Amino acid sequence: MADTRALATPLGLKVLTGVFLTVWALVALFPLFWVALMSFRAPVDALAANPLTVLLGPVTRTTSGGVSVVLLALGAVLLVVLYRLPGQFGPDLAKRLALGGSMAIGWLLGAVIFAVGALGLLLVLLPAVANIVSAVIRPIPVLGVLGEPLIGMTMDHYHAVWVKHSFYRNFINSLIITFGVVTISLTVGTLAGYALARTRSNLAFWLLIGALIFRALPHSVLVTGYVPAFVNSREMLMPLWTSPVTGWFFTLFSATPPTLYGQPLAIIVVLVSINQPFTIWMMRSFFLNIPNELDEAARVDGCTHFGAFWRVIMPVMWPGVITTGLFSFLLAYNDYLVTALLLDNQSQTMVPAISQFLNRDTRASDQIEAIAAAVSITAPLFLLVMVFQKQIVSGLTAGAVKG
Amino acid sequence: MKGKTFAMFVAPSLILMLTFIALPLVSVFFQSFYQNRQQFTQTTVESCTPGFLTQNCVTEVRNTAKLDANGKPIIDRVFVGLESYRQLLQPEKVAAAFAANGEGWKALETIDFYRALRFTLTFTLVTLPLVLLLGLVLAIAVDNTVKSLRGPLIFVSLLPFIITPVIGALSIRWLFIGDGILTRALEWMTGHDIAMFAQGWTIELLMMFYRVWHVAPFAFVVFYAALQTVDQDTMESAIVDGASRWERLTHIVIPHLMPLIIFVSLIHLMDSYRVFDEVIGFSSEAHRISLQWLTFSYLTPDETGNRSISRASASSMLTMIGIVLLLIPLLMRTWRDHKVSR
Repeated sequence: MADTRALATPLGLKVLTGVFLTVWALVALFPLFWVALMSFRAPVDALAANPLTVLLGPVTRTTSGGVSVVLLALGAVLLVVLYRLPGQFGPDLAKRLALGGSMAIGWLLGAVIFAVGALGLLLVLLPAVANIVSAVIRPIPVLGVLGEPLIGMTMDHYHAVWVKHSFYRNFINSLIITFGVVTISLTVGTLAGYALARTRSNLAFWLLIGALIFRALPHSVLVTGYVPAFVNSREMLMPLWTSPVTGWFFTLFSATPPTLYGQPLAIIVVLVSINQPFTIWMMRSFFLNIPNELDEAARVDGCTHFGAFWRVIMPVMWPGVITTGLFSFLLAYNDYLVTALLLDNQSQTMVPAISQFLNRDTRASDQIEAIAAAVSITAPLFLLVMVFQKQIVSGLTAGAVKG
Repeated sequence: MKGKTFAMFVAPSLILMLTFIALPLVSVFFQSFYQNRQQFTQTTVESCTPGFLTQNCVTEVRNTAKLDANGKPIIDRVFVGLESYRQLLQPEKVAAAFAANGEGWKALETIDFYRALRFTLTFTLVTLPLVLLLGLVLAIAVDNTVKSLRGPLIFVSLLPFIITPVIGALSIRWLFIGDGILTRALEWMTGHDIAMFAQGWTIELLMMFYRVWHVAPFAFVVFYAALQTVDQDTMESAIVDGASRWERLTHIVIPHLMPLIIFVSLIHLMDSYRVFDEVIGFSSEAHRISLQWLTFSYLTPDETGNRSISRASASSMLTMIGIVLLLIPLLMRTWRDHKVSR
């Protein structure tokens, strides 16, 4: 069928498609690539008028050294290998690591190992190997040039961001919040999604429509509701602590009611709830793909509803769980509005914290530091796409096909 | 599944949604009719400084905050009806603008709320067709390329989609701000001096460009997946009947994609109506603001640490009414489809 003349693409169309896709790939990559490039250059180079200067970084090379052709070539090979690895060995590794038979844990552990391994390879092993190779070939007349530093590169801005401005604290806060959001949101969401997929009642239909409307609400509307309650929560919750009936129970945890403003735990619950409508819709569409006969068989064999859900459905559900988890992660990780308004300086996550670098935009190096912080925020997302490309695509289409 | 088990499974999620989505909504609704006012006492103070022959005496009326037993200022919650809405919408100014010798639409741009509304609606309605078109063309183009290129192309396309919105907007801004690389390229091409961040409309263009760059991959992936399920038999018979490439596209592919085009439009309407991260990323608040940003700015504490909660509530309620109005046509359609499919 592919050989028939009617189906053969005319040359003009082929060329047009090729040009269009090349332009798109450039447009999609250029901003990220260029910003990442700037973060490794000294300010003079990064803000230079000539794009070649930004690309090669001559000033950076003389002041703080650079990378050689050898390092670049090795780096390119390593990146290609890293891009291929998850597709080749990811599923196997996940199966090996599936503790307690849960593939989700396997994938999670696999992703962590991959991230740590990739960082170690890129930051430690790659420079070391390149140094050795350069040292070996330097005495050779013509090849020696390849070992000399060619392109300027500096890690100063990253050092300033992570160490001097202690961005690692924001990183830890981000980790806590995203981890909490993903685990709670998945636990609560799978239960509801399963029930909604297995019920045909009108109540379920209206629940889903209600969730859809909640999904449309701008987050600022909800945060307006939270702010007064969060700031004054100590006064508002006081009756629970002082009343004789419930007081003894609550004083077990703390002497006085907590102020929710600035509490990571409170933000986790808020983000989970904001994300719930989306989560249950997505979970439901994944559960709809699992045939009903499976739980009926389990029920016939004497399982309760929960038993069937836990022993029979969940083991085949892990791709859906991973995908939904990814999108919960993205929501929590990328959020600016909620975290900026409800967290204080000590508990601030990475994305709102970047504004501290923007507002000090006075020296040239300040701007490059802001860029380095931005690249630091993007790097984990980059790794995420590398490992989970298939799951992200399936997540984007799952809601659509069944929605 | 029986009602009781269903309730058990759904309960945690439902409780969360009720306490953290429905309850705040109700409280925002009531808050918008109240204002917090600090109690002041007015005291007349006469202060005198020695002068030549006579004293210079000044009497002034001072407002001092009333404090309660704990030394905290006493704040009254006063029912003000629609006062917060009036402060936001400023009907007198609107009436003046459209009176015989008013300035019309131009005067409205000086009131924050109308400025935000104008930008939010333009932004939503302009980006929608662009996202759909770019997504569709990308899907068809990728579907027509060699198999080995498709994976890398999807990988590259996912990057703009997955990136943190504020960071994505920032990285576009860094390319253009001051003498950024792309501003220089534009200057070189046009021969004019260009400052992308000096006037509103160029910022608005950049914000729209960013949004299309960010969301088109989503539309692309959804459409691309659906292209794989186009009925091959119909396609073959169309080819046998001599349908051209364009006819096949408009008569088979587009109708097949129609439910997904509606789905993507629905999601995009919801998301672009809450445009917010662009305002932060491009620091455009002097020129362009959005409805979400307006509420955000009321909620951010000012120099004295006060948040204008009541005004934020009023603008929240108005924002919500807007999204409901915008979604009604699409919801009506899904409802009709649902009834037909039953």
